[in-house]
Amino acid sequence: MTEIGLGHYLTLGAIIFSIGIIGIFLNRKNIIVILMSIELILLAVNINLVSFSIFLGDLTGQVFTLFILTVAAAEAAIGLAIIVVYYRNSGTIRVEEIDKLKG
Amino acid sequence: MIAHSIFFYTFSIIAIVSAIMVTASKNTVNSVFFLILDFISISCLFIMIGAEFLGMIMLIVYVGAVAVLFLFVVMMLNVAQQKNQWFSSEDNSKHIPVGLIIGTLIFVELTIVIGGWKYKPDLFDINNSIETIKVSNTHSLGQVLYTDYIHVFQISGMILLVAMIGAIVLTFRKREGVKIQSYIKQISRERSDGVSVIEVESNKGVKIDD
Repeated sequence: MTEIGLGHYLTLGAIIFSIGIIGIFLNRKNIIVILMSIELILLAVNINLVSFSIFLGDLTGQVFTLFILTVAAAEAAIGLAIIVVYYRNSGTIRVEEIDKLKG
Repeated sequence: MIAHSIFFYTFSIIAIVSAIMVTASKNTVNSVFFLILDFISISCLFIMIGAEFLGMIMLIVYVGAVAVLFLFVVMMLNVAQQKNQWFSSEDNSKHIPVGLIIGTLIFVELTIVIGGWKYKPDLFDINNSIETIKVSNTHSLGQVLYTDYIHVFQISGMILLVAMIGAIVLTFRKREGVKIQSYIKQISRERSDGVSVIEVESNKGVKIDD
């Protein structure tokens, strides 16, 4: 076992980021899983920022992680509120049945 | 250092497996639970690497608030019974190769970026970083956060306020047919609204319907 360095943490962040991206694309279930995948992506970004901050000895990365945490919480609250309203109006949150915008 | 390696590999394997299970699990409630497990293992990694404050904040904010919010919404919307059908039905199977190709492409690009990063050799030792300064992580973070980043801090507070107001406004609805107590009507009601004195002639009686 080699010594755990910055590269290990960055690789972990990259793996979790890719899993989040794949989760957004592969998901055929409902929008809540897409929101959870977005949370995974933000988590990977947080891992990168914290590991850079620790290994380079600069506290700015941790401060920014704190702000990303704030924005992620706000985004989750607003997104879940939108999902609740949409479910109340249309009765479904399945991904392939949400096509009102004809996108 | 061997303990560091063991803990790193344990927590990161748990995190990766639970991240896969978040996207692949059949039941949405199970996805939320795996998301909680993911956050817990990553915050253990943060605490291990020396960012204790962020690890604890991640536990409080994500596990305590966001994941419980997800759980509430999943259980409220009654979507937990909808089964996942990626690999069963034929008509949506074209999403799978596209998603896998894009995901692996992004992962390869990130790996190339990480491999090409020029490491300064003396920056690698954890021991010469923040820990050797005799100030705890929380203390030093607070010293930076409330002085240099005070405006950003207050703007993030405003973002939270706007998110709270937005969530309330979005989900608020007026229900029809619900009896609601109106304080203003109650308080502003006077004696003349309810009681009136009628002169009753003898042997005639009173019509009540007026």
